[in-house]
Amino acid sequence: MTKSDLVNDVAKAIPGGKKRDAEVIVNTLFDRMTEALTQGDRIEIRGFGSFHLRERKARTGRNPKTSDKVQVPSKKVPFFKAGKQLKKLVDSVRK
Amino acid sequence: MTKADLVNAIYERVGFSKKESARIVELVFDLIKDTLEKGEKIKISGFGNFVVREKRSRIGRNPQTGEEIEISARRVLTFKPSQVLRNQLKSV
Repeated sequence: MTKSDLVNDVAKAIPGGKKRDAEVIVNTLFDRMTEALTQGDRIEIRGFGSFHLRERKARTGRNPKTSDKVQVPSKKVPFFKAGKQLKKLVDSVRK
Repeated sequence: MTKADLVNAIYERVGFSKKESARIVELVFDLIKDTLEKGEKIKISGFGNFVVREKRSRIGRNPQTGEEIEISARRVLTFKPSQVLRNQLKSV
């Protein structure tokens, strides 16, 4: 399912049923979440999961083509942890 | 940030009532959950992909007692952030 599939499904379920509204809704949600992470904030969605940033330390890497050493600076990487409910749900088909 | 902040964002930007906005935020996450439950992936361009992965059973060990136990086969959810999101967050 892509973002546009999600937009279509949302449109069917909102008052007025406008696709334009659904688009704004889906974009607003992911934009706000991105914004929160940009500010270093953690996101917690009950029943779904949480997002936080993890730090990757600076390291010496190598250019695989030339095998030259390159300094890779430290960086932050987004990380998602599925909530208990969602974990169970995803695994439920098996059980 | 919590769900309440997202509800407010919808309320301010889209002009639905608070109550409707709350229902809508719930709806979007429910739609995503339903899809993942079916084992299907979710691709949000500019944000990332949520992918359900099949894990085979393996032998694990209780780190406290050293006892070997079988970890059953399972499905797990992983999130792969998009390059766009990664670049935005690199130097936060």
